[in-house]
Amino acid sequence: MSALVEFRDVGVDYARRGGIVSAVQNVSLTLEENETFGLVGESGCGKTTLSMALMGLLPASARVTGQLMFRGEDLFAMSESEHRRLRGDEVSMVFQDPATSLDATFGIGYQVAETVRAHRQVSRRESKARALELLREVGIPAAESRYSDPPHRLSGGMRQRVVMAAALANDPSLLLADEPTTALDVTIQAQVLDLLAALQRKHGTTILLIAHDLGVVAQICDRVGVMYAGQLVEVAPVGELFAAPRHPYTRALLDALPSRGRRGRALRVIGGQVPDLSHPPAGCRFADRCPHRMDVCATVPPLATSGAERQIACWLDPATRATAGLAPLPDSPTPNPAVPVGDPS
Amino acid sequence: MNARLSYALRRLILTVPVLIATSIFVFLLIRLVPGDPVRSMLGIRATPENIATVRSQLGLDHPLPQQYWDWIRGVLHGDLGQDFISHEKITSLLKVSLPITLELTVLAMLLAVGVGVPVGVLVAARTGWARKLSGGFVIGAISIPDFWLGLMLVLLLTSVLNLLPPSGWVSFTEDPVQNIRYMILPVVTLATGQTAYILRTTRAAMLGTLSEPYIAFLRAKGLRERSIVGVHALRNASGPIITVTGIQFGVLLGGAIVIENLFALPGVGRLIVTAISERNYVVVQAGVLTVACLFIVVNLITDIIHGLLDPRVEEAVSA
Ligand SMILES: Nc1ncnc2c1ncn2[C@@H]1O[C@H](COP(=O)(O)OP(=O)(O)OP(=O)(O)O)[C@@H](O)[C@H]1O
Ligand code: SF4
Ligand SMILES: [Mg+2]
Repeated sequence: MSALVEFRDVGVDYARRGGIVSAVQNVSLTLEENETFGLVGESGCGKTTLSMALMGLLPASARVTGQLMFRGEDLFAMSESEHRRLRGDEVSMVFQDPATSLDATFGIGYQVAETVRAHRQVSRRESKARALELLREVGIPAAESRYSDPPHRLSGGMRQRVVMAAALANDPSLLLADEPTTALDVTIQAQVLDLLAALQRKHGTTILLIAHDLGVVAQICDRVGVMYAGQLVEVAPVGELFAAPRHPYTRALLDALPSRGRRGRALRVIGGQVPDLSHPPAGCRFADRCPHRMDVCATVPPLATSGAERQIACWLDPATRATAGLAPLPDSPTPNPAVPVGDPS
Repeated sequence: MNARLSYALRRLILTVPVLIATSIFVFLLIRLVPGDPVRSMLGIRATPENIATVRSQLGLDHPLPQQYWDWIRGVLHGDLGQDFISHEKITSLLKVSLPITLELTVLAMLLAVGVGVPVGVLVAARTGWARKLSGGFVIGAISIPDFWLGLMLVLLLTSVLNLLPPSGWVSFTEDPVQNIRYMILPVVTLATGQTAYILRTTRAAMLGTLSEPYIAFLRAKGLRERSIVGVHALRNASGPIITVTGIQFGVLLGGAIVIENLFALPGVGRLIVTAISERNYVVVQAGVLTVACLFIVVNLITDIIHGLLDPRVEEAVSA
């Protein structure tokens, strides 16, 4: 495996009237070729901000720090026109709501074909042929006769397939999918996820799948990153994350999953609230809600690498402590079983 | 294409009741003016016999429904009646004046759209001075009455700079260059306010569209900003722009009446105003009907264009 994307200590602030919002802080992460990486976290934790940074589509109010390497080139140092040439070609994106992702005044086929034409010198006929091929590949029935249909004649699931066809038109090496199933019915969700997984296998695309629940991620991802309030707190292969979560927030998230064989028991709820990112706490941003908070938690825990595939940022964890030159805690928890977090009200 | 054709047809059929209502309104408007039209036409020295003769010549002694029927039957056969004063057929008066009004208003609209839409699109995405400048122009152009603007332009360009003829008219077939020279000032005067309205509408519509999520997806597909703005955003913003243009055409027709009189252009507006001052009711009636029909036709055209550009419109109508 080799690295396709490398976040090097990436931070994103939004300038706003009355101060700045620290939406992403200290994110270091590598996405390998050919993997499906899931990014989870509550609403407002900076998932979309990270993907927009990759796309070069952050609003003008955003300020970035660090480096964001794509195939060895720093995206933050790229000109807008260089970045545009990457978008829709090497790096593509599927948005959350298929109802609003497509232009209602153009036919669905046109909207796929124009992605091809934006990056390749092809005739209209060739781009149409390619668009038809893509529509068939994503499973639009009777693609020829639907080619000129406006989006509102299609169901939500079908529209999301069209969006995927447009995003995959130029066979990108990286596909960002920002909650691609959140706006869909449950039954359709599974179909769209299956399609995404199938396309990934067929084309070897690296996928960054953003989700706010772990269930979706568990279905198709190889590795998962957990974000909390703009910080990346833990990264692990899916199986390991479920079997042995190491960050208190990850454990709390897993505890909140209804499918963990605790039928009849009330779901655990994480007490407290996500901090206001315009005045984030100085150290670990989970500190307010963390039952293990210590004095050292007032400084940002470094995101440490542990083994080949895991990363963790928590002062409880030996890896993080070692990175900062601290000895492991005496009762260093092998952090199972899950500890109840906060007050379930 | 078929759905679009049937949308256009349905929209066409919808204009029939509007046309009927308009004709009734125009017909009654003249009849309901206080006072006896014939008496005011003939003046105070008219004898009762005179009045009675003219009344029966004009058919005014018949009951209203029959008067309407006689009139509208004539209109449908292309006969708008006779000018009571010059005894010319009204259709031949309109044959001269209607092309002038059309030339004036269509040129003014083309100018207003040709300037307002591109400038509105360009300033939509901008902040700084471009936005302030266009904002200032919009406020100025909307607040200045067009007759005043016309007078100022006349003073500046004819008296001071001596560039253009102040007023008058030469037919296009006679001398095209001269015709255009005579048209420039009235067209610019009439178009200024319209440009401002269309610019403002375009800018607002574009601003709204550019913040839609599908625009973000277009960017994510790597389209050039030029085609995002000029193809997708503009087409989505075209609904309000076209609607406002159609409605403003009505305002333009009203403005044309003033401008034609100001610049001595012998168009329909001038015809109507002269006829009113002469109490020439048959001509007033025909002129107003003509202008109203023009407005209806323009709105029909704008609605059909709107439907062609946005597939949701045709389906909303068929639903
Ligand atoms: N344009 C902006 N200006 C100011 N603050 C912003 C802007 N966009 C996002 N934010 C803030 O940045 C933080 C991260 O937002 P982001 O949209 O990246 O979160 P998210 O994880 O994608 O959330 P969700 O699950 O709701 O989509 C939030 O606190 C949000 O309020
Ligand atoms: S122990 Fe400290 S560093 Fe770890 S999650 Fe709790 S507050 Fe954060
Ligand atoms: Mg988001």
